[in-house]
Amino acid sequence: MQQVKNDEAFVAFERVQKSYDGETLVVKDLNLTIPKGEFLTLLGPSGSGKTTCLMMLAGFETATHGDIRLDGVSVNNIPPHKRGIGMVFQNYALFPHMTVGENLSFPLEVRKMGKSEREAKVKRALDMVQMGDFAARRPAQMSGGQQQRVALARALVFEPELVLMDEPLGALDKQLRETLQFEITNLAHQLGITVVYVTHDQTEALTMSDRVAVFNDGRIQQLATPDDLYERPQNSFVAQFIGENNTLTGVVQDISDKSCTVRLDSGDVIDAVPVNVSAVGDRTKVSIRPERVEIDKTRLQPGAHTLKAEVLEFIYMGDIFRTRLRVAGMDDFVIKTRNAPDQVRLTPGTKIDIGWLAQDCRALDA
Amino acid sequence: MAEQMMAADGRTLKSSLNRALRRQKLRALLLITPLLLFILITFVVPIGQMLFRSVENQIVGDTIPRTVEALADWDAATDPVPDEDVFRAFAADMMVAVEERVHTRLGSRLNYETAGISSQFRRSGRDVEDMGEDLTAQFTALDPAWADPATWVALMADPDWIADSATAQTEPAFVVADAARDALPRTADIYADFARVTQVANNDSPTEEQPWNVVYIALYQDLIANPAPQIAGAPDGLLGAAGAAAAGFVAPDIRAAFVDSDAGWGSTVTWQTIQTYSPAYTSSYFLNSIDLKQTPDGIEMAPENQQIYVKLFIRTLIMSLTIMVSCILLGYPVAWMLANLPSRQANLMLILVLLPFWTSLLVRTSAWKVLLQQQGVINDLLVWVGLVADESRLTMINNSTGTIIAMTHILLPFMILPLYSVMKTIPPSYLRAAKSLGATNWTAFWRVYFPQSVPGIGAGSILVFILSIGYYITPEIVGGTSGIFISNRIAYHISSSLNWGLAAALGTILLAVVLALYWAYDRIVGIDNVKLGG
Repeated sequence: MQQVKNDEAFVAFERVQKSYDGETLVVKDLNLTIPKGEFLTLLGPSGSGKTTCLMMLAGFETATHGDIRLDGVSVNNIPPHKRGIGMVFQNYALFPHMTVGENLSFPLEVRKMGKSEREAKVKRALDMVQMGDFAARRPAQMSGGQQQRVALARALVFEPELVLMDEPLGALDKQLRETLQFEITNLAHQLGITVVYVTHDQTEALTMSDRVAVFNDGRIQQLATPDDLYERPQNSFVAQFIGENNTLTGVVQDISDKSCTVRLDSGDVIDAVPVNVSAVGDRTKVSIRPERVEIDKTRLQPGAHTLKAEVLEFIYMGDIFRTRLRVAGMDDFVIKTRNAPDQVRLTPGTKIDIGWLAQDCRALDA
Repeated sequence: MAEQMMAADGRTLKSSLNRALRRQKLRALLLITPLLLFILITFVVPIGQMLFRSVENQIVGDTIPRTVEALADWDAATDPVPDEDVFRAFAADMMVAVEERVHTRLGSRLNYETAGISSQFRRSGRDVEDMGEDLTAQFTALDPAWADPATWVALMADPDWIADSATAQTEPAFVVADAARDALPRTADIYADFARVTQVANNDSPTEEQPWNVVYIALYQDLIANPAPQIAGAPDGLLGAAGAAAAGFVAPDIRAAFVDSDAGWGSTVTWQTIQTYSPAYTSSYFLNSIDLKQTPDGIEMAPENQQIYVKLFIRTLIMSLTIMVSCILLGYPVAWMLANLPSRQANLMLILVLLPFWTSLLVRTSAWKVLLQQQGVINDLLVWVGLVADESRLTMINNSTGTIIAMTHILLPFMILPLYSVMKTIPPSYLRAAKSLGATNWTAFWRVYFPQSVPGIGAGSILVFILSIGYYITPEIVGGTSGIFISNRIAYHISSSLNWGLAAALGTILLAVVLALYWAYDRIVGIDNVKLGG
């Protein structure tokens, strides 16, 4: 067995496949390395294979093929309780027949730790999540947010180096979720632990993670930092899945290294950055973020292509204005403008010209 | 003090709310009324009456009231056999009882306490009619009018009754005149019974029947006590002559007549039994239920060869516990599997678990008889495999082993179903969480899963235990002598020995034991900790 200590590949999936029924692969050829101390999020729609990956790492599912390494050691044949991985579940999974203190004490007891040491660690872990006064409570006597804090403390109390979280905030309301997102990331960085976090909430993924792996159809579609993921999606799935996005379809008309022009199905021509188109004539989906669309012609590069648009709907959202336009024959083109004192409020029926910087418009796979 | 909240109409909020809720409560009550009445009529009342029989003993006082009264002063220590007065009272009571055909019932009742009394009652019941006939003969020899029913009616009947019966279509119920009661109290008392029995039981008229011999005995006693009784309207000189002659009559010896009829009447034990069991309520059935016996000298242990009930109670408890534990051991893994299988397979398994319910209990029990007997399938198999020698085949039926095996099988679904429904509510993530926290499979099960399944075990155990403690059919068929339960004994007393009092006492004790165990369970485990699901 290879015994290489490798902080760059603390967790490693090598060519991992998983099938439940022997017919279809839920996880297809997964290769992923996670360096020590990283907060990595597995993001994807339900059924994309992200939870399966987490369960394989935790040891509750076995990989059909491939190797999973933890700190250089293959864990394929190590039962879950010997992996020393902390885990937080969506439904908290706090043992209802034990008090909070007993719940936290449990992993220490099974590790045969002395009573005084246990008590000290339980107290420290509870203080860490601001639940120090709740040691004598039962899980049923606490709110969801409090339970999840305790569950977090329980996953951390035995000082694992790797903590897995399976949609831990899914059952909480928005405000609580945001507070806890912040607390979890802070704790993770403070303790220097490696976290693998599963969620289907892209905002959560973007705000919490060092890197995000976007899953779809059993594969990682893109593994990147949040800003890369948002601003430089590698394919149309990622572009669609992360944030709001306008998509126009067309054919590559002209292509060079750094730029290309695309003739849309409506006949209009626009500028774009080629991402995964390679030759003239390729069909492509062009992706542009609503907030990068410019309605003020003067701010565009000279000679940039513009499109004619008609305002269909204006929605006041407080901090921003959301305007729906008809562009190139499509009714669902959305732009977002900041609610600034000098910002124009477009009234439905107005005809305008829109454009964008070429680098904000990405020509992706069709 | 907090100010009372007021509703819009000025009433307090509380009374307003109560008014609003009353309709709802009333409707709810109305919905359950049919069931409530049904249970009350078919269940609570009969069982209450049945249990009441465990202390009821009115039969003695009702059947032989005069004897009970006469016996009150009798002391067996100074007088081994009661005096003639008691026997005369007894003769009168017996005569009435025989005519009403209830003397054998009393005999059976007293026979529970002292064996042999039953036959005494039966035998003397035949003879009592002739006792004192010599005395009757002396009366009629004195004056033939004493043999005439009309003489007696003239003496005893209330004038109003005579007037009424002259006009009425059917004879009204006989009424004894107050004057007769004053002058001849004993005679009037027994004559009243005679007239009633004649009218009611024999569908006859006192105007046409000569009274029983015991009436003449009573008359004799009255005349000895008061030789000159005065009854207005009595035939001239009849009473006076009889009163004067009575002292010269040969006194009837009823004691000798009874002893002659059955020697048992001459023994102290018989009369002690009657005296001891004369009160209307008795603890004797309960004492008998726990192998004790009420004797004139106090409460004693029953003879060794009759001590069976305490042993049976203990056996019933121990075997029920054994069955309950077997059900837990066999049912728990099945329930676990059911709860963790995909629902399609779980449903199929559940049907298999419930399948026995679709077969008759008798068929299942009989099947065990076929399987377990010495020449049965299991023994054949063991012999064939070579585990057991042919000449030492296992005895697995008609003993406690058979009862435990068959009843465990029959009651198993009652354990599996509550266990399953509780386990179904335990999310698998608990076990996963425990393992991720470093617990081995066993620790995770024992420390995390098992405690959460305890409410199911509790519910199943209570069900199985309470069902088995009162089980009757299966032990009856496969239990032999060493595998029967207390309920089989209760059934025996209900249907064969007809000692319903004892059956009721045994049943009451069984009920009390179950309630006590339930209470103990509540105190130790807590009844909130019992779940049938959810």
